Amino acid sequence: MSAAADLDRAVSVAPGVHWIGAFDPDLRNFDIILRTANGTSYNAYAVRGSHGVAIIDTVKLNFSETFFRRLESVADYDEITTIVLNHLEPDHSGALPELLRRAPGASLLVSPQARLMLQGLFDPSALEGRVVFVGSGDSADLGDRQLEFFNTPYLHWPDTQCTWLAAAGVLFSADFLGCHFCDTRLFNDAVGDFRFSFDYYYRHIMRPFRAYVRTALDLIESLPLQIIAPGHGPILRQDPRDYVCRYRALSAPGLHGAGPKTLLVFYISAYGATRRMAEAVAAGAESAASGGEVRVSLYDLEGGHAQPFVDLIEEADALVFGSPTINGDAVKPVWDLLSSLTMVDVKGKIGAAFGSYGWSGEAVPMIEDRLRRLKLRVPLSGVKARLTPTVDDFTACHDLGHQVALHLLGRASPRAIDMASLD
Amino acid sequence: MPRANVTFQDIGVTVTVPAGTRLIEVSEKVGAGITYGCREGECCTCLTRIVSGHEHLAAPSVLESQVLKDNLAPRRHRLACQAQILGGNIVVQPA
Repeated sequence: MSAAADLDRAVSVAPGVHWIGAFDPDLRNFDIILRTANGTSYNAYAVRGSHGVAIIDTVKLNFSETFFRRLESVADYDEITTIVLNHLEPDHSGALPELLRRAPGASLLVSPQARLMLQGLFDPSALEGRVVFVGSGDSADLGDRQLEFFNTPYLHWPDTQCTWLAAAGVLFSADFLGCHFCDTRLFNDAVGDFRFSFDYYYRHIMRPFRAYVRTALDLIESLPLQIIAPGHGPILRQDPRDYVCRYRALSAPGLHGAGPKTLLVFYISAYGATRRMAEAVAAGAESAASGGEVRVSLYDLEGGHAQPFVDLIEEADALVFGSPTINGDAVKPVWDLLSSLTMVDVKGKIGAAFGSYGWSGEAVPMIEDRLRRLKLRVPLSGVKARLTPTVDDFTACHDLGHQVALHLLGRASPRAIDMASLD
Repeated sequence: MPRANVTFQDIGVTVTVPAGTRLIEVSEKVGAGITYGCREGECCTCLTRIVSGHEHLAAPSVLESQVLKDNLAPRRHRLACQAQILGGNIVVQPA
């Protein structure tokens, strides 16, 4: 496998546009949460205009030397007027302090959301008087060509943005539309099969932000894209729109997206008590939605793996978890599922908990705390039953399900309470 | 002590609170959908739409104003971890 990029020289991407990034073929784990079977690349670019050179993104700190050698093969430091960081994560900003030092005439263009990240990542004295905040509608003038900016937050940090070079039809998209796939042949029509990596990257990095993905797609889909130049992985010059379409498909709601509200009851049960409570919760939910406006489902966690449940949860509107308390805690299958939910967007869904216990009953409040930390709404107190649930306990479970369903339907009775009663 | 009423529209709950309470102190207790990150007015996770009664909240600090600006927050939006209730009736909704 050989390519011009094997050498420490810049690679032409389009007229006046060069790739000046670095390859990291030995990386096997990225950000703790991703595996990388053949490493990754840190893509950075140089854009030459009649009145200056812009550098778009940098590389991870320990790849700086390669980055600077590639940069020096296409530009002098005193030509650099503009440095754009589309994303400040250290794998893209590691060489920034040194670049600012070597190119003292350059301004640093970042999104407004990057302000606090700049403060947290870099010595403020190195940035003084150098930073310009840009958003959608702003541009940077390179003379005969301009860079335009699209504010595209949460792809996958608050600061992320895309930069558009209309003169060459190149979209510099940062992590958006990227992937961890290291191949020195660099371009999507020359590298090996990276479809798996592209989808895998979406699922592990972008999926929790899929609403933001859709908003960003709305912004860029109408552009006459010739090339998508992401921050990682192959440069997409052949059929770039196919990758945009793929993101559209990956980020689209699943089947029945516009159908009835979905309420999922997950439980696990040692002796059947929590299971019967779960059935009462589900029956209560059904009773609130006899017109079929809420689709109620019951799942035994013992009978499934976490991943398909995560897929279900991504599309659901309300989640109710039932766990017995064992040794002062909810049980492991419940935590396995709850710890997997950072992979999807659960913010704003309704959550609730219930379960039987022997003598202390910590599981229910612990699950409720976790649901709140996952940014769910937890408007109802959970139901705990000591050992064998009583008729009153089942009634409370039925009511819990009923009320959760009413909340989903926007039919919950308004409540007025005094704050003093909440302590 | 002066009191105020805060309605969390997403869960249909109105809470009577003492003046001086911050939205964060009450929204978490009732399980409203306003979510929190840093809780220190920096991350903007708790951005909240003030549906009505905006004038019954203490004016945003310089820091809160800057964070709202950085995050392109629309008008009548506040950080729930910072916004202090002064009185009257306020209706809020997660942004």
